[in-house]
Amino acid sequence: MGLFIAQLLTGLANAATLFLVASGLSLIFGVTRIVNFAHGSFYMLGAFVGYSLMQVLPGAIGFWASVLLAGIIVGIIGLIVEVLVLRPVYKAPELFQLVATFGVILVIQDLALLVWGATDLLGPRAPGLKGVIRIMGEPVPKYDIALIVLTPFVLFALWYLIARTRVGILVRAATQDREMVAALGVNQSWLFTGVFFLGATLAGLGGAIQLPKGGADLLMDFNILAAIFVVVVIGGMGSLPGAYIAAVLISVLNVFGVSYLPQSTLVLMFVVMAVVLIIRPYGLLGREEVAGEHGQVGEPDRPIKPAGTVARVLVALLLLALFALPLAGSHYLVVLATDIIIFCLFAASLHFLLGLGGLVSFGHAAYFGGGAYVAALFVTHANTPMELAFLLAPLGAGFAALIIGWLCLRLTGVYFAMLTLALAQLLWSLVFQWDEFTGGDDGLVNIWPSEWLSDANTYLYLTIIVGVGGIILLRHIAHSPFGYALRASRDSQRQAEATGIDTKKIQLMAFTIAGVLAGVAGALFVFSKGSIFPNELEIAKSFDALIVVFLGGVKTLSGGVVGAASLELTKDYLTRFEYWRLVLGLLIIAVVILAPRGIVGSLRVLFERVRGASK
Amino acid sequence: MKGLKQFVLAAVTTTASMVGFVGSANAADPILIGEINHYKRMAAFAEPYKNGIELGLEQINAAGGVIGRPLEFIYRDDQGKPGEAIKIAEELVSREGVAMITGTILSNVGLAISSFAAEKKVVYLASEPLADALVWEAGNDYTFRLRTSTYMQAAMLAEEAAKTDAVTYATIAPNYAYGKDAVAAFKKALLALRPDVEFVTEQWPALFKIDAGAEAQAIERAKPDAIYNVTFGGDLAKFVREGTTRGLFDGRAVYGLLTGEPEYLEPLADEAPEGWTVTGYPWYDLNDDANKAFVDAYLARYDTHPKIGSLVGFMTAQSIAAALEKAGSTETEALRQAFVGLEVSTPVGDIVYREQDHQSTMGAFVGTTALRDGGGVMVDWTYKAGADYLPSDEEVARLRPVSK
Repeated sequence: MGLFIAQLLTGLANAATLFLVASGLSLIFGVTRIVNFAHGSFYMLGAFVGYSLMQVLPGAIGFWASVLLAGIIVGIIGLIVEVLVLRPVYKAPELFQLVATFGVILVIQDLALLVWGATDLLGPRAPGLKGVIRIMGEPVPKYDIALIVLTPFVLFALWYLIARTRVGILVRAATQDREMVAALGVNQSWLFTGVFFLGATLAGLGGAIQLPKGGADLLMDFNILAAIFVVVVIGGMGSLPGAYIAAVLISVLNVFGVSYLPQSTLVLMFVVMAVVLIIRPYGLLGREEVAGEHGQVGEPDRPIKPAGTVARVLVALLLLALFALPLAGSHYLVVLATDIIIFCLFAASLHFLLGLGGLVSFGHAAYFGGGAYVAALFVTHANTPMELAFLLAPLGAGFAALIIGWLCLRLTGVYFAMLTLALAQLLWSLVFQWDEFTGGDDGLVNIWPSEWLSDANTYLYLTIIVGVGGIILLRHIAHSPFGYALRASRDSQRQAEATGIDTKKIQLMAFTIAGVLAGVAGALFVFSKGSIFPNELEIAKSFDALIVVFLGGVKTLSGGVVGAASLELTKDYLTRFEYWRLVLGLLIIAVVILAPRGIVGSLRVLFERVRGASK
Repeated sequence: MKGLKQFVLAAVTTTASMVGFVGSANAADPILIGEINHYKRMAAFAEPYKNGIELGLEQINAAGGVIGRPLEFIYRDDQGKPGEAIKIAEELVSREGVAMITGTILSNVGLAISSFAAEKKVVYLASEPLADALVWEAGNDYTFRLRTSTYMQAAMLAEEAAKTDAVTYATIAPNYAYGKDAVAAFKKALLALRPDVEFVTEQWPALFKIDAGAEAQAIERAKPDAIYNVTFGGDLAKFVREGTTRGLFDGRAVYGLLTGEPEYLEPLADEAPEGWTVTGYPWYDLNDDANKAFVDAYLARYDTHPKIGSLVGFMTAQSIAAALEKAGSTETEALRQAFVGLEVSTPVGDIVYREQDHQSTMGAFVGTTALRDGGGVMVDWTYKAGADYLPSDEEVARLRPVSK
């Protein structure tokens, strides 16, 4: 019994940091609709700033003052980020801002490395709270008790701010209907800035307050990201009490998981999230999203049209150039082109789902990596010839997409996105933990192509035919009746159904097609690298694709491909430099601000303007 | 389709620039070695390692280089992605014309490059990755490994553990391949010496996401006589702090893999655990000539002391120079044959790259942790030669595929 209570208390103490950081994320999303990937970076900054302050300020008062100051300093950094980076892109298509926040992550990573150096910092202990209290004989750290007592006060203060003050009323109003608040004469941009400041402050507090239980290191930003998204989604996006309940639920379950099912540590929270979302599609305390608020922000999509003669000739020339590439005599160029085409196909498959279907998948790597693993598993365990394994990969990926799509399509918007993420994580942890079958994180090696394809030039030809073929196929589907039905389902589900389109079926088919094509990309990938590891199934891989789709232009047909090719080429060049992440991050932010329609979309507008002026 | 226009442009310009690059390569230049590592995200480990290599290169080149040419490394960041590492390896080999590849701290990246090396016939010296599979299950003709492997270090600790009368053990290891290998090796080695030992609980925190309070409670619940720890980095710091606060280590023997390495022990400062039996690198107390010469040279060259990574980096440069010297050329086949059975004199003594599995016989320092001047150190340590802690030749032959 004593142990049970002690474990419960450990869980409650762990929930403190998680709640602080997640509540900030939830607030920011609720009001601004920004999925702030950089929230983990604010948390990390909070830890580093708090650490530095604690070196200077002495005693118990100094400790708590450092925590508060760290929160405020990070809040100011958040405010600067909001004003400089996000404010210019509020009018951009939905979720476009997440690309900007991704740029912020890269910049903060390198700046933190510059300022605080590479060594992990062990957090100072809280003065006066170093020991333990015995509860029924079990030791409970005093600092844990402090955290348990403190968190409800923070929750109450936030609740009071939101529920009882004028600012809170505006925040709640903006959460429900932004346009209406603006129509009533409220200065939206300052409301957004204020909320961003508050959200970043909470993240900074979370980072500083965990110092006595941990420390500050450069991996913190990504390490907490998945967990806080899970908490926000389980609680219901925008709900503070929901975030608290979810943080406690996850933390307590985790403590018991550690004791009674130690192998569960990787996957537990994603299982909980998937179960909650399948039973309660909007999280525990979330509300159904208001129809119309998502989807069409900014100008409406243009109707798509087939490529003109000029474009066709250019594509033909590009293909010729690609086929002639081996003549340039550089082996590396051939390898690089192969890599880029594979990534382009992967991005194009996500773009098909996201741009044409309006279905934001956060877990698209599941089909890319899934396809690659299907091929690799057949080669490793059944000695399947490469050619057959290559064909089985898209089938396996398509099958996975069919099942995951079927489960996820009951939800919409961000909840849909998060469920795809959770299920992709489940697949990842299955691959990661099932050592005997999948090789775990040591992966599967020696998956090389057959003799006739082993030459890099020949493999490039295969990649061009299959990869570019896949991209063109997706384009054709966009122009087919199916493509029209898919866009109709995206733009207005009700009207589409009224015309007799079974929208769910169309969307499920689109999900499966995207999965199959991602699987093709995965098969091309595994045989070009000769090995496969779970990182190809990771969240980071899904986000890579997501970012290039937005960077290229989600509302254009070629956005995914162009974004993928540009980013890969840029990265290939930049990664040679010491502080490449800083440069890449700034570059991404610059593109986001200068080209809020994405590269293709903005170039198109520019082109039309120039032509219009000359007429 | 306008997008594709962009792509054409970009492709054409890069093509042009890359062709330009290729033309600028020249003969009679230094011998280049490609070094791929996780420089950005794990800079705390990569930087001392790189310093070690640079120190080695300075000494080698000051002595006239190898086979009459200076030796030079090209350092590239793998971003922690095996696929990225393969791309870089392709580039290093085909565009930079490196004689061989070395590096990687992450085991999965090491395994990916090792598979690449066998397929494309390039020599790869896995300097830092610890995975046993590199030289055994996934071993191949072109891959060699320098650092004392997981199995060897775990066997050294098991030998120490077997001397005590502890019967029940708890293990805690990060939930990924290295952690699992480390626990499996320790169990196997300890059970071989002490069949009566019982493992009462196995804890598997997610790497760098440990819930230290819960882990400490879970281990306490099992009431083991001794604890075997494989956590490192930030996880170790949290585990030590929570465990110490909650009295988990009182009256228990604790064995820590890598815990004594300066990379992991130093961040703990005055909270470093006392009385743990660990593997590590006591650079501060090394007195014999070879070790001390390296430490002194390092201290003189950099404003800071060496870490285990520095030693590994230094030995990497030494090993490659020795192999090139023995081969007398940079040809892959000659270099590969030179590595088989290669003997190198290093700060920790003479090591051999074994013929049977290409594992070097670099050993490890095993000792007890203590506090000195507000920081953790290793005391009562001994250097254990790696050759004594490898499985029998028959077992290695069974583990290793015939030839690939």
